[in-house]
Amino acid sequence: MNHALYSCRRQKNRLVVSLSVAATLFGLAWLVLILGVLLWKGFSGLSLAVFTQMTPPPGAAGGLLNPIVGSLIMTGLAVLIGTPLGILAGTYMAEYGRYDRLTSVVRFINDILLSAPSIVIGLFIYEVMVARMGHFSGFAGAIALSVIVVPVVVRTTEDMLTLVPDTLREAGASIGLPRAMMITKVAYRAARAGMVTGVLLAVARISGETAPLLFTALNNQFWSADLNTPMASLPVVIFQFALSPYQEWQQLAWTGALIITLAVLALSIVARALAAPRKSS
Amino acid sequence: MSMATFTVPAVAHSAVDPTALEAKIAVRNLDFFYGDHRALKSINVSLYDRKVTAFIGPSGCGKSTLLRILNRMYDLYPNQRAAGEVLFDGEDILSPAQDLNLLRARIGMVFQKPTPFPMTIYENIAFGIRLYEKLPKSELDDRVQHALARAALWDEVKAKLNASGLSLSGGQQQRLCIARTVAVRPEVILFDEPCSALDPISTAKIEELINELKEDYTIAIVTHNMQQAARVSDFTAFMYLGELVEFGDTTKIFTSPNDRRTQDYITGRFG
Repeated sequence: MNHALYSCRRQKNRLVVSLSVAATLFGLAWLVLILGVLLWKGFSGLSLAVFTQMTPPPGAAGGLLNPIVGSLIMTGLAVLIGTPLGILAGTYMAEYGRYDRLTSVVRFINDILLSAPSIVIGLFIYEVMVARMGHFSGFAGAIALSVIVVPVVVRTTEDMLTLVPDTLREAGASIGLPRAMMITKVAYRAARAGMVTGVLLAVARISGETAPLLFTALNNQFWSADLNTPMASLPVVIFQFALSPYQEWQQLAWTGALIITLAVLALSIVARALAAPRKSS
Repeated sequence: MSMATFTVPAVAHSAVDPTALEAKIAVRNLDFFYGDHRALKSINVSLYDRKVTAFIGPSGCGKSTLLRILNRMYDLYPNQRAAGEVLFDGEDILSPAQDLNLLRARIGMVFQKPTPFPMTIYENIAFGIRLYEKLPKSELDDRVQHALARAALWDEVKAKLNASGLSLSGGQQQRLCIARTVAVRPEVILFDEPCSALDPISTAKIEELINELKEDYTIAIVTHNMQQAARVSDFTAFMYLGELVEFGDTTKIFTSPNDRRTQDYITGRFG
């Protein structure tokens, strides 16, 4: 054995490992710093009033009830619209049209949509909906968000169904199972955890989106659950309040940011728990 | 290995006269293509009613391909094409008019790897039955029990019918798949190397099962294991490079084959 060669290799290894660790720490430090400041500033403003009162005029005390409800409504509606579309398209791509040319075209376009800047989507919905209807609305906001949901769900559905082994499809076919039943009763069941994870990831993705809402749902200082009127949402309120010179508004922006972060964190944990391999059906 | 079934490679079947038997499935001048590649060349072979036919031959000789034609499994994939005739009770199943789901309900299949559905043990069996029959709960329970008993699995799972099918061992999963196939009440069962992923004890159980099942079903089995073919089958077909080299009574094939290639393969000179 050549000792010089070996110790040289060990030193190189040590060097590269310490560089990797340093790079990781550098990256993590910023994340910890951001989260730390967010927790620090956000928690100090957290109170019951945040969840029970409307956004205040400048200089007054208030809460975030209308943007929280607005975000829940628009996110919920966006998921309701986007999920079935995404699952149907993903199912076509993974099952019926797996070998079709159309599928590769759709996949390519979907990938572009997946990484499209969300402000472009906001502008698009502004053009096709807001401009025609003549006013901003919560409905337009939900549609803009659903445009973001669809490609995420298409992608995860296709990926998860592709992971279902062909042997399982053949087993289904071998007892005379029609294609549609094989998909709904066998393939969906096998891919269920991954598909649900995809939807949750889409929710996490849209719950922090500001740009698509700026041009569609705009904002609303008052209570509104009417989808035909402008609607408040947490990201837009945070954007507006954080830029304002008023102390109370800035505090509410921090608190709002904390609420979104915790909600997304909770969703991610649920998604991970669902995606974890389980033996039981 | 101490088990008797593994120390007796000799053939334990009496000679059968094929001409006196009824062909459940008759393959006539069958060609098969993967794209442009001709994987099967003018195959002629019969599966006789309530007999076990084994297909042997080296890897890639086309035996699994042939099996997957018999229930049109290849139809799931593009660019695969069969030409010729496969008569099942006299009707050509290669005809475009053939309803594939009904065909597969009549010709069941057990795969190389156990493939239980991601559901409970009970549901794995009941699922297939419900596809084509509407039964009251008590009758369905009976059918599930009967199918599991038929696959020699009932005693091992009767206390945990609601456990996931995936929680069973490999050998149990394979018997679950056999039970699932039997539950649909097919007329023919195709076994595609059913024991290649199993340990010797599970293998012995499956072989025993095949022996019992042939009382009611016509069986075809693809195997790499020649002792297995000799143990379980009444007829054996030797395939090589996409051709059916020799087909006949198992005893005859393993003791005095007509073709030199069969002789070489069964004596282990190649393959």
